[in-house]
Amino acid sequence: MNAPPSFVDIVWIARWPLLYGLGTTVAVSLLAILGGTVLGTLLGLALTYGNRVVRLLARAYTDIVRGTPVLVLVLASFYILGTVGLDLSAFQAGVLALTLFCASHVGEITRGALQTLHKGQTEAAKAIGLTFGQTFRYVLGPQALRLALPPLVNTAAEMVKASTLLSVIGVAELLLRTQEVISRAFHSLEFYLLAGFLYFVVNYAIERLGRAVERRVSVQ
Amino acid sequence: MTANLVTANLLEIRDLRKSYGSVEVLKGVDCDVRAGEVISIIGSSGSGKTTMLRCINMLEEFQGGTIRIDGEEIGFTTSGGQRRRKSDKDIARQRALTGMAFQQFNLFPHMTALENVTLGLVLVRKMGRDEARALGETWLDRVGLLSRKDHYPSKLSGGQQQRVAIARAIAMSPRLMLFDEVTSALDPELVAEVLQVVRTLAEDGMTMMLVTHEMRFAYEVSSRVIFMNGGRIGEEGNPREMFAAPKTERLAAFLQSSRFN
Amino acid sequence: MGYTLNFDAVWRNFDDLLWGLGLSLLLAVTAIGIGCLLGLVLAFGRISRSRLLSVPANAYVTLLRNLPLLVLVLFSFFALPQLGLRLSKQNSFVLALALYSAAYLAEVFRGGLLGVPRGLREAGLAIGLTEGQIRRRITLPVMFRAVLPALGSTFIGLFKDTSLAAAIAVPELTFEARKINVETFRVIETWLVASGLYIATCSILAALLRRVEARLAI
Repeated sequence: MNAPPSFVDIVWIARWPLLYGLGTTVAVSLLAILGGTVLGTLLGLALTYGNRVVRLLARAYTDIVRGTPVLVLVLASFYILGTVGLDLSAFQAGVLALTLFCASHVGEITRGALQTLHKGQTEAAKAIGLTFGQTFRYVLGPQALRLALPPLVNTAAEMVKASTLLSVIGVAELLLRTQEVISRAFHSLEFYLLAGFLYFVVNYAIERLGRAVERRVSVQ
Repeated sequence: MTANLVTANLLEIRDLRKSYGSVEVLKGVDCDVRAGEVISIIGSSGSGKTTMLRCINMLEEFQGGTIRIDGEEIGFTTSGGQRRRKSDKDIARQRALTGMAFQQFNLFPHMTALENVTLGLVLVRKMGRDEARALGETWLDRVGLLSRKDHYPSKLSGGQQQRVAIARAIAMSPRLMLFDEVTSALDPELVAEVLQVVRTLAEDGMTMMLVTHEMRFAYEVSSRVIFMNGGRIGEEGNPREMFAAPKTERLAAFLQSSRFN
Repeated sequence: MGYTLNFDAVWRNFDDLLWGLGLSLLLAVTAIGIGCLLGLVLAFGRISRSRLLSVPANAYVTLLRNLPLLVLVLFSFFALPQLGLRLSKQNSFVLALALYSAAYLAEVFRGGLLGVPRGLREAGLAIGLTEGQIRRRITLPVMFRAVLPALGSTFIGLFKDTSLAAAIAVPELTFEARKINVETFRVIETWLVASGLYIATCSILAALLRRVEARLAI
């Protein structure tokens, strides 16, 4: 008489799919954070220093993306890109949506940080004869980074959480893998707790890392 | 002890001791105040003058000694050597025996001048709305701000805010008014209007204790001056005699350093 | 690209989208209402000097802020029945969003409470108010006004999060949009209109909150 497999047994049997799922989650998040940070920094510069047209376009982009739920972005990206003939995988469409979302947040953070210190600092730099490039490189940039760091870390954790939405379009990240395992082997309570625990660990690690970096760069 | 039952003193402080952690701020203060007295408390910062004032209305809890107002022990019950803190409700009632004006005014920012004054009348004195309004308006008029009764604190100057704060305290008809450096946070040109209000109250016979750095004012309005030094009363007496001929070297030095005019 | 925009199919189903939007709003209001109450309790717990209160409150906020909402939603709908708590789709979503939002709102409220000057409490004490009266009449109203802007953006964020209810087939706006998308294949039109509705609602909410802010400005 065989006892039904316990939760631990099932986790062991399903360890590889779950680990791949976790890997996919990390990959999706990393790509979105990197892409979003690059794009968002440009966006923030456009919002702060662009001419009227550039500012208007950047503002429209940020407001539209920030006014739309991430899940809608993910679904729209998944369905629309196929329709217009761009043959992207669910993974690619999902990463694209998260990147666009992340960029809008980073854009706002960058703008906020730059605007906080804009005036007096720029004038002081001008007064000692620095060019705009030098001003940005040596005066504004480092200070803005310091101001922006805490919300950036926050955004990174939000992206990890948002990566779960890709399960809805069939990207086999951690949450979808978990659901697949549950559909075959039940134990939904335990498996959702396990997934929650893993997400918590990843995000908590990001949070701690952020705090450590913050302490390092904070002005004594 | 029958002395407490027939005491002529409005306030009696006996061996008041207060420490923060291991730092003793009040090292045994004794002080009696009769009704109608105006007492200025002077001394350098850290001498314990503000702390003493804040003990009287239990904003600071003290570890030793007793404070009585009209014979009633404030904050604690002492019987047979046992000392117990009174209930929050009793303490709240006792706090209403005194009124306090603060250095930072502390007006409630989300209430108009009049609402600031009537809040305690309605909630603590259980007055009806109309009665409270009428009394509030009377007191705002007394401090010269009736026309500003519907203004929020953020729309008033520092001097005006402090006058509203004084009206808020005095409207509760306290037995004793406590003023904690009420002009220290004010721009110089706004000091006079606040001092004028305090002076009028003094002339009306209000019993009050003021912690102040305004030596000329202390000299002019006080019936008695207390000089605090290192957590104790260093010297006390009639302002004319004290300022003219300080008995201790400490007071002489202090007066020298804060010489008015 | 051979794709011409044609909104007819979307307009024919526009009522469904509007009903979906209505349900989204209802979910948001219910969940945030509960979340605000719980968040306030947590905020007072976090600033409490008693570790018995502050430690659990801090743990709750840290835990919930670091969990994806979708995991909570699925947990609440699929796993809670295993513990004997069987809720409808709507209710289990409201439960998940309420618990989630409480953590964020607790952060907002905590910041606000810490920003209330100590002197206000002392002024209240000095005129004989009790701690309860001070909390109700002074601390909470002053804190509430100070946090309104942050509260507004949190509300809007949580409203957008109601889209996750689509994952457990609650017929709110995103769910309806996806249905129309699949049934009519008017893909671009559907998502344009759906996100347009979200953006419009967010803007209206923002404008309303700004008006409340202006009204309560002191």
